[in-house]
Amino acid sequence: MSAPSQEPVTPFSWPDEGVTRVPYRLFSDPEVYALEQERIFRGPVWHFLCLELELGKVGDYRTGFIGETPIVVTRGRTGAVHAMVNRCAHKGALVCHKERGNAKVLSCVYHSWTYDLEGRLMGLAFRDGLRGKGGMPDNFRTRDHRLQPIRTEIYAGMVFGTFHQDTPDVETFFGPEMCRILQRNFSRPLRLIGSHSQMIHNNWKLYAENVRDSYHATLLHTFYTTFKINRLDMDGGIRIADAPQPWHHLSFAKRATFEAADEYRTAEVHSASYESRLNGPHLLDAWEEFDDGITHSIQALFPTLAIQFTLNSLAVRWFTPRGIDRTELFWMYLGYDDDDDTERDMRVMQANLTGAAGLVSLEDGCINEFVQRGTRGGAPGDAAFMEMGGTTVESSEGSRATEVAIRGFWHGYREIMGFA
Amino acid sequence: MPDRTDTAEDCGVPLSDPVLRARIADFLTETAHALDDDRLEEWPDFFTERGTYRITTRENEEAGMPVGIMHCAGRGMILDRIRALRTANIFEPHTYCHVLGPSQLSGLPDGLIRARTNFLVIRTMQNGESSLFAAGRYRDAIVMEDDAPRLDARTVILESRRVDVLLVIPI
Repeated sequence: MSAPSQEPVTPFSWPDEGVTRVPYRLFSDPEVYALEQERIFRGPVWHFLCLELELGKVGDYRTGFIGETPIVVTRGRTGAVHAMVNRCAHKGALVCHKERGNAKVLSCVYHSWTYDLEGRLMGLAFRDGLRGKGGMPDNFRTRDHRLQPIRTEIYAGMVFGTFHQDTPDVETFFGPEMCRILQRNFSRPLRLIGSHSQMIHNNWKLYAENVRDSYHATLLHTFYTTFKINRLDMDGGIRIADAPQPWHHLSFAKRATFEAADEYRTAEVHSASYESRLNGPHLLDAWEEFDDGITHSIQALFPTLAIQFTLNSLAVRWFTPRGIDRTELFWMYLGYDDDDDTERDMRVMQANLTGAAGLVSLEDGCINEFVQRGTRGGAPGDAAFMEMGGTTVESSEGSRATEVAIRGFWHGYREIMGFA
Repeated sequence: MPDRTDTAEDCGVPLSDPVLRARIADFLTETAHALDDDRLEEWPDFFTERGTYRITTRENEEAGMPVGIMHCAGRGMILDRIRALRTANIFEPHTYCHVLGPSQLSGLPDGLIRARTNFLVIRTMQNGESSLFAAGRYRDAIVMEDDAPRLDARTVILESRRVDVLLVIPI
């Protein structure tokens, strides 16, 4: 991967302790924010654009963002998926102003500059003028103008995009360890069963930390412990993506083995009776979908994507900066096409655990804001201290009381930002 | 999971009994005021034993998506939500002020009453900031139990797909 060419706007030096220290300045400095747009969002990184299932038919399109840049993803005439900047080559207006739709061509409403589904300019209004007057110069060629293309790749049902030619392919970028779990979770046809978003009042990197923070899970989110849902206190660990890019991680937990032994393996769908103090215990009706024993996992893929599989609740969480101290977090809940009604209903009920009103996730809506507010007004050298589980970035089998995955994020961040 | 507030195949007629209309209107107002007054422990009793409470978005509803933002099936789960809010969930203190529009009421032959009521919820944080937190509609299925109205199902359809910060107090 090539190093970014431009120097930081304001000289930035990381504390000598390395990734165990994170200067608070990174969460509120507008120069850093602007540089992130260039080096991360337009840099050699794969960004989640949308789910492939959102583009079912030729002409389907979905708008979105890479960082602050508006984009549109289309299903072209040949069935291939294309992505481009959603910005007319004429005056820079949004070409697609609806969130999603189906179109034969992409036409800017301002002056009718019209593009095909791959973003190539096909024509424009009054190109030859009116009654022999006006019009474009003779040397104007439509082929010289197009919507700025974005390299795309589809992996595990997700469409990824990058502005950078040097980004390695998606599989190499995530590494074999991360791809194994993606294949496990997304190898069957998916169905979207609901979505919403949440505006959180913090810098995007605080949510990137939060979703990698296995240390806080049972401390802040006390729903499980308060209601004595003991069986969710299970063996687990952290797997860090293979070197040279240990920027991604998987945090997982396993239900106690004696349960997996007979009770769950005998029935395809089995309502687990959790020992809990819930009045409505069917909230947690679940079945074991995989034979690896993993019943809870969160996978974070650098920089702004996370995939949760909590019991049977599969969801893509994707977040995007909306300014220095605003982040929009999207929740996309999924099932599989071949789910039966009982399975679908269990996924629907378990969706109560996460999201903007999630019984074990709603605290994340405010905790990152508490850090955003708490870190204001500090001295230039003030920094977070993160040595739980050591100082390195390596897998931690058997323990989730560690900040290793957060250190992994900052490892990637430093490298790509050029913050030595 | 069928939604008992769905009016797609209804043959309801406008509720004409003025006494009953007034009772239902009072009841609907009371369900909102209990939330505004932090009388959350009373709130599950507005529902029948099998009562469902669901918060979703206009976008999900129009797309026929079953997952919204909150989904309680039965009074037990509604009670768990309140207990979780009181004992487990952590959030910055805030209050709601519900403003309800007039309800459209219709009655079905089996005694079920349907109501649609638009609402606004203004949320006030402890630093004094008041803002519009939610706008949308209640779609209710109401039954009379021991001569008292109860929600057999309430579907809350938010206009926006985006929640500011978090949602913990029911709407």
